[in-house]
Amino acid sequence: MTEKKWPETWQEVNPGCIVFTPGSARSYLTGSWRAQKPIWDNTKCIKCGLCYLFCPEGCITEDAEGYFSADLDYCKGCGVCAHECWPRAIKMVEEG
Amino acid sequence: MSKRIGMEIAFAAAETVALCRPDVIAAYPITPNTHIPEHLSDIVAEGRLDAEFICVESEHSALSACAGAAGAGARVFTATSSQGLLFMQEIMPIVSAMRLPVVMAIGNRALSGPINIWNDHSDIMVQRDMGWVSLFAANGQETVDMVVQAFKIGEHRDVMLPVNVNLDGFQLTHVVEPIWMPDQREIDRFLPPYEPFASLHPDHPLSMGTLGVPEIYNEVMMGRNVALVKSKKVILDVWKEWEALFGRRYKPIESYEAEGAEVLLLTMGSLSETAEVAIDELRREGVAAGLLKLRLWRPFPFEELREAVEGVKVVAVADRACSIGGPGGPVFAEVRSALYGEPERPIVVNFMIGIGGRDVMVEDFKNMVKKAARMKHVPAECAYEIYGVRGS
Ligand code: SF4
Ligand code: SF4
Repeated sequence: MTEKKWPETWQEVNPGCIVFTPGSARSYLTGSWRAQKPIWDNTKCIKCGLCYLFCPEGCITEDAEGYFSADLDYCKGCGVCAHECWPRAIKMVEEG
Repeated sequence: MSKRIGMEIAFAAAETVALCRPDVIAAYPITPNTHIPEHLSDIVAEGRLDAEFICVESEHSALSACAGAAGAGARVFTATSSQGLLFMQEIMPIVSAMRLPVVMAIGNRALSGPINIWNDHSDIMVQRDMGWVSLFAANGQETVDMVVQAFKIGEHRDVMLPVNVNLDGFQLTHVVEPIWMPDQREIDRFLPPYEPFASLHPDHPLSMGTLGVPEIYNEVMMGRNVALVKSKKVILDVWKEWEALFGRRYKPIESYEAEGAEVLLLTMGSLSETAEVAIDELRREGVAAGLLKLRLWRPFPFEELREAVEGVKVVAVADRACSIGGPGGPVFAEVRSALYGEPERPIVVNFMIGIGGRDVMVEDFKNMVKKAARMKHVPAECAYEIYGVRGS
């Protein structure tokens, strides 16, 4: 995980904190907060896509076979996916 | 060419805003500022001004709409009073933090409760720390002039901050005065079209109103404070330019008969003119009294205050608001604190007057000056009084 680099001085902060680089939130890795991570058990997954829809980070993607997984750079470990998955295919496990 | 006409000040303010060619006006009516946006909506409806007049459902939405429009690069205007300003509270610091030069006229009015529609300054004093430039007009002419100046000050690249122009509710908003109204050509010469530092547009995506985590917040606050402090230079330049074009001089603190004065009254807004009459009478009676009229509230004019009170024994600050349970009125507390570090500082006393629209007569100012002249250095909590309270 790369450390977030802050402006060295107050003068470097853009007036009004305007961010001129579109999509720069991508460089802020929300995964660094995580205490637990979601683990998928694809034998229970019915490919309903609810986890994908509910993930507040939008970090879940579908693979070629129609199963889902999280991008751990951004998954903040909230557990919403595991809560919403009614066949209980997702388990939250402590980060080692 | 400017023309001298008799007009209700709120209407004159609206006519002046129109001369400034705003793109968007969003406001919600509340006494006593209502005539300003109401008249502006007429001007737009009549086709005299090509602007979007957004009829919002609340003051919260009014300022939110202004923030959005200013973010998109529009020149925007709003106006409000009292509880309406309180309802804008949540958006007030956001507009300044986002460095959006919104201009707002405030028809100053007391806060409820008890419900009171009359004039004092408690509404704007609550907004003191919101990071806006804050100007106080003493009459119709100053209102008109300051509205135009406000756009120029706020939009200046070294400022980029919202500006509020305070005019006393009723005493100014509803009074008909002879006013030199500038014409379109003069205003166009003084106020060029707004060129935003940045604006929201799909062709050039950027983010405004972003999250500021603890690691950045102090640096942001520093930037906001420096911007507001430094805006004074721009304000002084704008006032100089105004004087060159229109012949009317503006200063952060204006002294009246202050030469050789032992006691100085300090007032803001429309009461300054009553106070002038009191000073004239006192001078005729041989009392060495003078007057300071504070026009610039934010950024606070420290230097000008120090110069203005040099050699004076007592400064009597007339506040139009109370800091309940605190160190007296807000203006008093700041004046006293601004002078605290001075080796030779005057005694600073405080009268809270004209609150909730209570009349203040020439006689009252004379009493205050005479009472102040007898005051010694006292602890802060003994240096203020709510003036003219029955039974006290
Ligand atoms: S919510 Fe559960 S069952 Fe549905 S796709 Fe996600 S993991 Fe599979
Ligand atoms: S734990 Fe939260 S952030 Fe991570 S994948 Fe599940 S829903 Fe998304």
